[in-house]
Amino acid sequence: MNSVVRYINDIYKGVISLWAGMRVTGKYFISPGEIVTEQYPENRATLKMEERFKGEVIMPHDENNQHKCTGCGICEVNCPNGSIEIITKKVPNEEGKMVRAIDKHIYHLSMCTFCELCIKTCPFNAITWGQDFEHAVFDRTRLTKVLNKPGSSLKKKEVKS
Amino acid sequence: MSEETIKKIILKEDEDYIINMGPQHPSTHGVLRLEVCLNGERVKYMIPHIGYIHRGMEKMAEFNTYKQVIHLTDRMDYLSAHINNEAVCLAVENALEVEVPERVKYIRAILDELSRIASHNLWWSAFGMDLGALTTFFYGMRDREKVLAIFEESFGSRLLHSFNTPGGLMHDVHPNFRKHTMEFVKYFRKKLPDYKNLLTDNVIFHNRTKGIGVMDKETAINYGVTGPSGRGSGFSCDIRKVAPYGIYEKVVFREILYREGDSFARYKVRMDEMEESLNILEQLVSDMPEEGGFTAKMKPVIKLPEGEYFQRVEAARGEFAVFIVSKGEKYPYRIKFRSPNFSNLFVLSKLAVGGIIADLVATCGSLDLVIPDIDR
Repeated sequence: MNSVVRYINDIYKGVISLWAGMRVTGKYFISPGEIVTEQYPENRATLKMEERFKGEVIMPHDENNQHKCTGCGICEVNCPNGSIEIITKKVPNEEGKMVRAIDKHIYHLSMCTFCELCIKTCPFNAITWGQDFEHAVFDRTRLTKVLNKPGSSLKKKEVKS
Repeated sequence: MSEETIKKIILKEDEDYIINMGPQHPSTHGVLRLEVCLNGERVKYMIPHIGYIHRGMEKMAEFNTYKQVIHLTDRMDYLSAHINNEAVCLAVENALEVEVPERVKYIRAILDELSRIASHNLWWSAFGMDLGALTTFFYGMRDREKVLAIFEESFGSRLLHSFNTPGGLMHDVHPNFRKHTMEFVKYFRKKLPDYKNLLTDNVIFHNRTKGIGVMDKETAINYGVTGPSGRGSGFSCDIRKVAPYGIYEKVVFREILYREGDSFARYKVRMDEMEESLNILEQLVSDMPEEGGFTAKMKPVIKLPEGEYFQRVEAARGEFAVFIVSKGEKYPYRIKFRSPNFSNLFVLSKLAVGGIIADLVATCGSLDLVIPDIDR
């Protein structure tokens, strides 16, 4: 007799719990409310990443093709994975003296772990985060990037008045 | 393991039927191989094989400065990355006797609790899916997205945000941080009844988890099972209560304890912990000072004085501890990480014996294992 009561009780409980679960599903089926699914890649034109988004390391250049990197190599020392290589050259300055300048700022995106130590420690704010996140390429060599544009030069320091 | 069992394992009797669960099995949540010996559907013994994602973190840390070590700890337990970072930072700060600003302590604790909610939420989604309830995955992911949006706004990354640094934080948090966190707390409180109706009260779920994988308190202590898994067996091991760090001394919250020790008790601990985290968040966000900076003054190159330093924190899965040996250089001489999942995994070989193989999946899921944290 006991087992029959328990059997019926189990069915009753099962139906109740199933009803409670289905009610949640039904609620969202009838009134979906906010739609959370992003229609990527169809929404590429309107998709905007957060201001602080860590996409890749970039070096901003101004309209005269000038950047702020002096080639001091602090970012290279601070990088834990060796994803930054700095190659410097000697160029004459205004007085005719040979001074150190950046030749190539090589950035291996494939090794970068986005720890932000290079950007944080740069004394001249020469590098910063870019917003691009579509990094898929067919060839691994394309992940090695030269950050300073060809023919670019060091921006002169503004003289404080 | 008794001597007889070990002999059996080595000799491998003819009637033993041995199958490998993993290393590519959806319910192990990573590259973990469980060598299961079966008698019919009953498990005779089970040996976990680890090391498929071993990266030598402790050795790697010996060639990194203290600031660089932080980003390695992200990659251990990636679901509670922020809490792992905090352990190293606290150890370095204690060694240098640096007092971080009050505001940093508040922000760290808020981020800890947000990570904990995100981590438990993902676990809830995946645990339902392990047991065949696919619906939970979509509901859990939807709400976890709100936490990740807060993270992305402030740190620029969603999962592995190396946001802590010895002495404070990398940046100040976003101006909208406080507002969005309060909004999330309100939002998530409304969604928790859905979780209850969908899975907690479900009869099929009760039958799959109640009385499955029972771990008594003694076993939990012997194997060093900490976190929600240990607290499900009545082992009081919440580091936030036992050895408070940061701002946790000032926060009023209760430690969740269940005494049954089965998979359902571990489930209940995590569900209650999410609610408790919301309570903590409410207290912290309203008390958080607006001003006070985000970092203490630190030297550019950190050198710890010679000695040994130890710090433990409560990560989402248990006790995470860091032990640093310094010889006075800018690199640590030796770093030992005590990761919670390593201890939590090996109790599984005891819990699985005698049960059926479908229950092994339920038990493994209820322990909430993250494999990169086991292998390091």
